[in-house]
Amino acid sequence: MTKVTMTVNGRQVSGEVEDRTLLVQFIRDKLGLTGTHVGCDTSQCGTCVVHMDGRSIKSCSTLAVQAAGSEILTIEGLARDGELHPVQAAFKAHHGLQCGFCTPGMVMTAVDMINRYGGALDEKTVRENLEGNICRCTGYHNIVKAILAAAAEMGAGRQAAE
Amino acid sequence: MYATNYHRAFSVADAVRLKGSGDETKYVSGGMTLIPTMKQRLAAPSDLVDLRHVAEMKGITVSGATVRIGAATTHAEVASSAEIKAACPALSHLASLIGDPHVRHMGTVGGSVANNDPAADYPSAMLALGATIVTDRRRIVADDFFTGLFETALHDDEIIVAVEFEAPEKAGYSKFPNPASRYAMTGVFVAKSAGGVRVGVTGAGSDGVFRHSGMEQALAGNFSPDALSGVTTDPADMLSDLHGSAEYRANLVNVMARRAVAAAT
Repeated sequence: MTKVTMTVNGRQVSGEVEDRTLLVQFIRDKLGLTGTHVGCDTSQCGTCVVHMDGRSIKSCSTLAVQAAGSEILTIEGLARDGELHPVQAAFKAHHGLQCGFCTPGMVMTAVDMINRYGGALDEKTVRENLEGNICRCTGYHNIVKAILAAAAEMGAGRQAAE
Repeated sequence: MYATNYHRAFSVADAVRLKGSGDETKYVSGGMTLIPTMKQRLAAPSDLVDLRHVAEMKGITVSGATVRIGAATTHAEVASSAEIKAACPALSHLASLIGDPHVRHMGTVGGSVANNDPAADYPSAMLALGATIVTDRRRIVADDFFTGLFETALHDDEIIVAVEFEAPEKAGYSKFPNPASRYAMTGVFVAKSAGGVRVGVTGAGSDGVFRHSGMEQALAGNFSPDALSGVTTDPADMLSDLHGSAEYRANLVNVMARRAVAAAT
């Protein structure tokens, strides 16, 4: 067993893990943060996406020991003071989900792409950047709408703050 | 996944030393191939040496026409690098097509080149650019580096530190991705330099990535898609699997090559 320490959603956490323990198992089973899902378990579906040091990664294809010392952000870390993150609010407003299983990965992916592209996001870029996230309910249209709306709102918020 | 022992290296020398830790120690960088393969129990290394924290293997430098990309540089970093976009936009394009954003945030140039998956993107660029694979102990030209499916000239404990190439006059990459995996069912990288034209083909050859001499000769005198219209590829040398027959891939090689030449900048 190896002791790993990392920052998850702003809080320093530690735990004893086997070296083969996946980051997603550490997050779900050790930390009890079950918002991060396991869908395919073969690195294709993107429901397990979290941010590691500010970039989206697949927590089912990363070992917990690899993530030691890093900053992890999961879906539970997005809302502030009971207020949904703008991306979460946009998914709600635009009905960007049906069953909801893929939603945590979709939202974390959306936040990552908005971080990278900001107001320059267009529909084509959003669809390209959803390459690693599979949704079997919505047909993606409302997910794309939600991400574009959130990007516009967050861009406007940034301008207002400047 | 079978049990394994994890070690984190902070220097190349550290990594080589740690490679002796177990009976079957493997280097891991982004792990975007190795970790899924371990999950499927198709690989079961006794020990892993993590290269993600080796500073000397990171970063992109362009001095004059010489481009050097540290082996632990991620696909996302290559795709978004202003220096690479200026020196060889075809390589930025290639990096932007690998897997998906999450894979590109972890997967590295060195990992892709060392693994030499017959459907990986980078090996075709390395061959076409006449790149040099720089290891912890020697420099290997790409023509001597890729030796077959998942086979390279690397010794067991040898580490790729960087890849280097001279910026070409023009280069283009076009791939036909598998609709599910996004691996190349055929990918063609063409590069035109003072020394001539080089064409690297991935995803198609039954012996892995290869140079297409017929296309190189045809393009040497006339660097245009039309120059390739009479050039054929022998299906006997092509992969055949459930995704496509050898004849299908032989045709794709020509189509992708024409598109790569048309897109070359």
